[in-house]
Amino acid sequence: MTTSAAIAQPSVVLLNNDMATPLIDVQDLTTAFGSHVVHEHLNLKIYPKEILALVGGSGSGKTTLLRQILGLDRPRSGVVKVFGRPVHDYVGAERIALTHRWGMLFQAGALFSALPVFDNIALPLREVHHLPEDLIRDVVLMRLSWMGLTPRDAALMPSELSGGMIKRVALARALALDPELLFLDEPTAGLDPQRSDEFVDLIRVLHRELGFTVVMVTHDLDTIGALATRVAVLAEKKVLVEGALEQVMQTQHPFIDAFFHGERGVRALGGHEAKGVSHGKP
Amino acid sequence: MPDSVLVNSAALQTVVSDGVICRLLGDWNVQQLSTRGAVLARRQVLAQVKSTTRWDLSGIQTLDAVGAQLLWQAWGQCIPPDTVLTPSQQALLEVLAQHPIAAAPAPQAIQWYGWIIAIGHGCYVAANHGRELLLLLGGLVVNLGLLLARPSRGPWREISAQIFRVGAQALGITALVGFLIGIVLSYLSAQQLAVFGAGQFIVKLLGVATVRELGPVLAAILVAGRSGSSITAQIGVMRVTQELDAMQVMGISHGQRLIMPRVIALAIAMPLLVLWTDAVALLGGMLAAKWQLGLSMTWFFERLPDAIGLTNYWISVIKGVTFGGWIALAACHFGLQIEPNTESLGRGTTASVVTSITGVILIDALYAILFNEMNL
Repeated sequence: MTTSAAIAQPSVVLLNNDMATPLIDVQDLTTAFGSHVVHEHLNLKIYPKEILALVGGSGSGKTTLLRQILGLDRPRSGVVKVFGRPVHDYVGAERIALTHRWGMLFQAGALFSALPVFDNIALPLREVHHLPEDLIRDVVLMRLSWMGLTPRDAALMPSELSGGMIKRVALARALALDPELLFLDEPTAGLDPQRSDEFVDLIRVLHRELGFTVVMVTHDLDTIGALATRVAVLAEKKVLVEGALEQVMQTQHPFIDAFFHGERGVRALGGHEAKGVSHGKP
Repeated sequence: MPDSVLVNSAALQTVVSDGVICRLLGDWNVQQLSTRGAVLARRQVLAQVKSTTRWDLSGIQTLDAVGAQLLWQAWGQCIPPDTVLTPSQQALLEVLAQHPIAAAPAPQAIQWYGWIIAIGHGCYVAANHGRELLLLLGGLVVNLGLLLARPSRGPWREISAQIFRVGAQALGITALVGFLIGIVLSYLSAQQLAVFGAGQFIVKLLGVATVRELGPVLAAILVAGRSGSSITAQIGVMRVTQELDAMQVMGISHGQRLIMPRVIALAIAMPLLVLWTDAVALLGGMLAAKWQLGLSMTWFFERLPDAIGLTNYWISVIKGVTFGGWIALAACHFGLQIEPNTESLGRGTTASVVTSITGVILIDALYAILFNEMNL
């Protein structure tokens, strides 16, 4: 696999000089549920300011990998380093400080169903303590407005929201503390094409303005084409290829053929080179 | 004072003003601002800066939305003229300018007649629960009729599973509590009876009290706490996960598949649990009587049939059936009322247990009057 080794080098598109130190460094990760092995000797590096799309078939362990990076699950062996240290080494106050530096958009939103929209977004701000309530109010309402929601929506309960609104509120909550790292799990799943495009645009604008790093798991080729600065394909229990979308698409592998060059892939990415998308660059 | 260099110890030289140019330095992010008093200190310093002063933000290392909002508030919702900004700060503040925030609405004055509204609302809610319960009972009668008409199509598997869950699995806890209450009751009565030398009346006292009153109520309270809450929570989660809607779409009736099996199961299991509790409580009473009064267990046992009588057992069984049916019905009702959020789930489960226990005691009182009138 000389080609994939060459591609795996971070010789990729980007951008700035702190490329050299990865924000997230997954080293030799092995995951198994019982006898079912999900990852075997998986390596992945994620660099500042990039938008990395994790792609893979169902059951290839994309969400599991995300959960391990977040420290929700423990791998069987291997190390997940976040900001230069193993994620499980952060304990107590350090762990809390770490959680202030990242935000996660869960697939179904995971909004607190007992709290109205406003309190859902205000919660992380209140949790850091000592911020006055009027400042929190303005920050929350500004965030809501930025996400395209009105102050009237702030009083709604999560059960009263539509799918697109749930995603926006969940994104506002994930961004409440201006994290450096944003994790997105299927950000456009369950949205209609127009809402999906709007949401992708929103993330792109926010990425440009706030300059965070994005790790997203997605099946949606449109989202990958529009957002990702780098794509990592999970197959055969490891990262099969990583690199710019064009590089990944040129790799010969049954999964990549089916995923990117299938009918849907051609439809979504067909004019990719022609459009000359300089995705993600400000 | 404003013309001198403003240094507030808490602000740690984040605002430096010489009267002409006010330089902002350091971190203006949530991590810095969330230390105690930081926001207040910076606000005070910012408020002292003259309105004619020019601002220089290029010394700020990190500026995030919270810090920007703080400046934005201090500046009165606009960027002062001739402010020195880096491009990213410019972008962030422009976003703030594009999304103006309405002033906080004045808090509503408290109405003096609020308590009347609260009482009225409470009555309305209670009446609504009563109505829904009545509808549920009506539906149950209809479903029971259908079951009698075509017994082969009944949800027997579900019923037997529920009997195992609410009945067989409750044997341990009802036995433990029954046994302890039996001992306590016998021990206390024996002390009093011994004073009068009427120790042998303990059999009658203990037997009637346990079988007629304590056994059914005790078992009902335990089952309400144990099975009633679990039924409510189970149906409530089915609402949250849209399983109830899925059943409706498939044409499966909630009444037939969810409510009726649980009511039947509890109506069958409850009298058996009551008799079981009675028996274990009497055993506990026997042991205590042996220790306290020296009455032999065989003697106690032989006197039991005369002391209690079959009527009391039937009363015990009837109470068991009604209590069981009531607990299941109340639990199902509150389960179906749950809205798809966690708060409602907690509230519904509490309401279910409180209502079913209160109801059990109310029904028990009604039975006491009824059986007294019937001279039983």
